[in-house]
Amino acid sequence: MTGNYAIESRGLSKHFGDLKAVSELDLKVPRGQIYGFLGPNGSGKSTTIRMLCGLLTPTEGSATVLGTEIPGHARYLKPKIGYMTQKFSLFGDMTVFENLQFMAEIYSFPKVSRNARIDELIEKYDLVDQRRQLAATMSGGQKQRLALACAVLHHPELLLLDEPTSAVDPQSRRDFWANLFRLAEGGTTILVSTHYMDEAERCHRLAILDHGVKVADGTPLQLQANTGMHIIEVLADDPYRAQEALDDGDAIASVTQLGMRLRVLIPVQVEDPLGKVKGLLDSHGVQAEVRVTTASLEDVFVAVTMGTEGQDA
Amino acid sequence: MKSLSRLLAITKKEVRQLSRDRLTFGMIVGIPVMQMLLFGYAINTDVRNLRTAISDQADTHLSRQFIAELRETQVVDIVAYVATPAALEEQLRMGEVSVGVAIPADFDRRVIDPERPAVHLLVDGSDPTISNVANQLRNMPIAFDTSAPMRRIHNIEVRPSYNPERRTPVNIIPGLMGVILTLTMMLFTAVAIVRERERGNLELLINTPVSSAELMIGKVLPYIVIGMIQLALILVVGDVLFQVPMRGSVLDLYLASGAFIAANLSLGLVISTVAKTQFQAMQMTFFVLMPSILLSGFVFPFDGMPKFAQYLGEMLPVTHYIRLTRGIMLRDAALIELYPELIALGIFTLLAMTGAALRFTKRLD
Repeated sequence: MTGNYAIESRGLSKHFGDLKAVSELDLKVPRGQIYGFLGPNGSGKSTTIRMLCGLLTPTEGSATVLGTEIPGHARYLKPKIGYMTQKFSLFGDMTVFENLQFMAEIYSFPKVSRNARIDELIEKYDLVDQRRQLAATMSGGQKQRLALACAVLHHPELLLLDEPTSAVDPQSRRDFWANLFRLAEGGTTILVSTHYMDEAERCHRLAILDHGVKVADGTPLQLQANTGMHIIEVLADDPYRAQEALDDGDAIASVTQLGMRLRVLIPVQVEDPLGKVKGLLDSHGVQAEVRVTTASLEDVFVAVTMGTEGQDA
Repeated sequence: MKSLSRLLAITKKEVRQLSRDRLTFGMIVGIPVMQMLLFGYAINTDVRNLRTAISDQADTHLSRQFIAELRETQVVDIVAYVATPAALEEQLRMGEVSVGVAIPADFDRRVIDPERPAVHLLVDGSDPTISNVANQLRNMPIAFDTSAPMRRIHNIEVRPSYNPERRTPVNIIPGLMGVILTLTMMLFTAVAIVRERERGNLELLINTPVSSAELMIGKVLPYIVIGMIQLALILVVGDVLFQVPMRGSVLDLYLASGAFIAANLSLGLVISTVAKTQFQAMQMTFFVLMPSILLSGFVFPFDGMPKFAQYLGEMLPVTHYIRLTRGIMLRDAALIELYPELIALGIFTLLAMTGAALRFTKRLD
């Protein structure tokens, strides 16, 4: 048995023709944690999740999910996992209650406590007023809460959530994450994919995927501590000219503009990064405030995906 | 036990969704009734009142009597008298008439002379039904010829011996049952599954403990009931509007229909595993439907088709079903006497089900 890990994958790969959607993914997801997949669209997040629940057969490699070997025995896994698709996939022409009832029947939830469980979920996921509403007529946030309620109805050990918050407003996203933490505290392992940095920051651990390759993994703090970059923040009156000035610098790995501020990434082996930035700005006659700061997850993302983008070019 | 309850959960959901889908619900009733009204009244192989022109160059007592007899058959409706056979041909070409009757000047002598045709019949050969009817007029089993000669006047009186009372709906309705059930059963099943794939429901469903078999059977069950309802509807409408007889046992008919519905549903399942969109599913349904109408013996007599077409026809469930319905309803045949058709339907269902089960996997790739 896999002991502490809910998911352990070894060299998991999926190719669609010439496209390598996922390449040799090694993954260790500890039980009872929220594990994030961070990556842009097309980075292989959905494909990985689909392989892990047996929807897609890996081209190479294998995984152990809740003690079940993938590929091959996904059937035994189904009752133990909850899955939330990227697109709303419940039945729009059925009400909230009917959708939940259907899922309860499909998962053979004990009849005696079935209705109590449905009521509990409707209460917990704030769907009391929508109980008799057809799912298709609900808002994005309501649909998402219903989808989560359906996914957790049968008390799954593992929740696989494929970009669950891509179609909802910020308030709904915050509420949704509060629900996820509650579930994780209750012992559910959650694998969630996202392309939002703030969501990634909330995960216990995360893996950054880029072009089907895992480019980094660890806790958000570990990742932020190990970017291999100095992070310099530049506050300039004319950020555009400042960026032009910095683009000339050999030592500078990347410059990202955030409003009036620029975030400059410089490899750690470069000495006196602050002086280098100041020098470049001065030589171009740009007035700016410059300071060293700590890496955000966005910086981590920029730093680790730089290599693969270079390969593409 | 769990398996059965999952299956029933799928069925319950399907019925629930169906009851909210007014269009589909309307089609369940609408398709059979509309088609029966259309085909029942429109299709008429018992052709009468063909527009006819006559060129009577003899103009004798006998020729006028012949024309009167011709009119009495009701097969022709004499709309014009012209002077020459050439004028007949012109009328025919312009589409003014479908039949031209040319009576030569020496008509009386020709009637006595068995070596020479007494009357020339010019027929619009571009419509096969009309030329067939004209052949009946001639009542001689020789090859089709648009200007076939008529040898004996008395054979003109074909109509009465051919049973002028014969009503087409009696023949059409039992076949129409097959065509309607083919269309609705195949289309409903195929679309029901493809729609879930299109809407993304399937991705969710295949991540639950539901097995492929539970999913397929659960989805198909309501449509079996719908098929039976449609059948009852067709029988009632057929009886009330067209007085189609029900000479055999209704139970036999329902048993036969059960086998036929199963065959169509399994074919619908096969389509659902191939089609990616509802539109594709619809196209594939019509790909099967066309030969089901044309090669099954529904419209054209099966024996009259070339061997190759007959083999194709034998592969269609509806061919066997039409033989069953005509046998049971019109000839009072017992189901057991028609067992080869039942076996054919059984084999078809088995093959199609196997194909669908092999193709339908609980995976996306």
